[in-house]
Amino acid sequence: MNKNNLRLYLSAALLGLAAFAWQSCSSPAEQAGGLPYLGERQLVQREVDGQQVTDTVYHRIPDFAFINQDSQVVTSLTVQDKVYVTDFFFTTCPTICPKMKSQMLRIYEAFEDDPRVMLLSHTIDPKHDTVAVLRDYADRLQVNSDKWQFVTGEKDSIYSIALQYMVSAMEDEEEPGGFVHSGAFVLVDQNRHVRGIYDGTDPVQIDRLLRDIPTLLPKKKKKDAGKN
Amino acid sequence: MLVKTKFLLYTAGIAALLTLTRCFYSDKQNEGEQLYTQYCANCHMDDGSGLRNLIPPLAGADYLENHRDDLACIIQHGQTGNIVVNGKNYNQGMPGFEHLSKGQITNILNYVQTNFGNKNPRFSIQEVEKQLFKCRHLLEH
Ligand code: HEC
Repeated sequence: MNKNNLRLYLSAALLGLAAFAWQSCSSPAEQAGGLPYLGERQLVQREVDGQQVTDTVYHRIPDFAFINQDSQVVTSLTVQDKVYVTDFFFTTCPTICPKMKSQMLRIYEAFEDDPRVMLLSHTIDPKHDTVAVLRDYADRLQVNSDKWQFVTGEKDSIYSIALQYMVSAMEDEEEPGGFVHSGAFVLVDQNRHVRGIYDGTDPVQIDRLLRDIPTLLPKKKKKDAGKN
Repeated sequence: MLVKTKFLLYTAGIAALLTLTRCFYSDKQNEGEQLYTQYCANCHMDDGSGLRNLIPPLAGADYLENHRDDLACIIQHGQTGNIVVNGKNYNQGMPGFEHLSKGQITNILNYVQTNFGNKNPRFSIQEVEKQLFKCRHLLEH
């Protein structure tokens, strides 16, 4: 077999593999037994007992502070030791947002009684989406602020934290509603590492997210939660 | 060997193409459904259920019967202000779809009127035209 042949063969095999992975609708990492750490990582060298060891430092969401629908400050401490799902939206969004919110409601309902899981929705239109507007929105969705925080804040801090979550969000007059944004749901673990990004408008991907969340929760507690 | 792999690639390619064209394949008969999916389902959901107290339902909505004469204008020009659907208040604002033709609006309305469990009378294009005539002053040009 010459090189060309091999290349063809490999690409065909890869294609098949990709198709299979796509078909089974689950990430390879999940099959390997754990969610990946997403984002840039750094290798840090340090010395232990005269030996060089390399640590991997995963991308971590930096500290933040926003205001929620109850005018309460929501910070990184609010999500401390919690698994949370976050997204970016605006209340007057003419496109995908209601679909995203209906999928977020599924997560809300699945983990309503589990305090280890939280939802955090950022508005990308803080000028319009004041605390009062977010309050009305959350009320109409009939959700509880302890579980699902809708936050607003400085436009720049919202847009820069979106980048940290690897979600695109920006103003664009050409776009319907005046903003470009992705419908992504980002799954973040107890240490503020990003562990999954899902299309918040696709029920199949949200099925997967619903299965992925429990894998981040401590095993022992999971059984207790089941008993209650 | 080479022939075999080429064949593999070709079949994979054709399969991909087939899947893609299926997605874009358009059929006059279900234009209403396609337009609904494209322009309305994001808010009113694929099954017309709406979203809690934010987006009113289209499935089983009394509004479709009580305000039949306003429906074409609502789609063309949107709606703001408080409305009551099945006894619940909604006040979120719906954008208009000015670029939709009267034929497209007729197809969407007929899809809505005869799906999601709805069994309301269909619209004719003349009826839609008559409704749109009432709100023509809202058109930008
Ligand atoms: C951006 C979200 C959004 C989109 C997209 C949207 N709607 Fe609406 N729709 C609403 C909201 C919100 C209301 C209630 C408006 C109000 O409070 O005055 C509404 C009201 C309605 C009503 C009257 C109330 C009822 O439930 O019967 C109809 C009919 C309707 N929409 C049909 C459609 C159709 C058909 C489309 C697609 C062409 C569409 N809508 C697209 C959000 C939307």
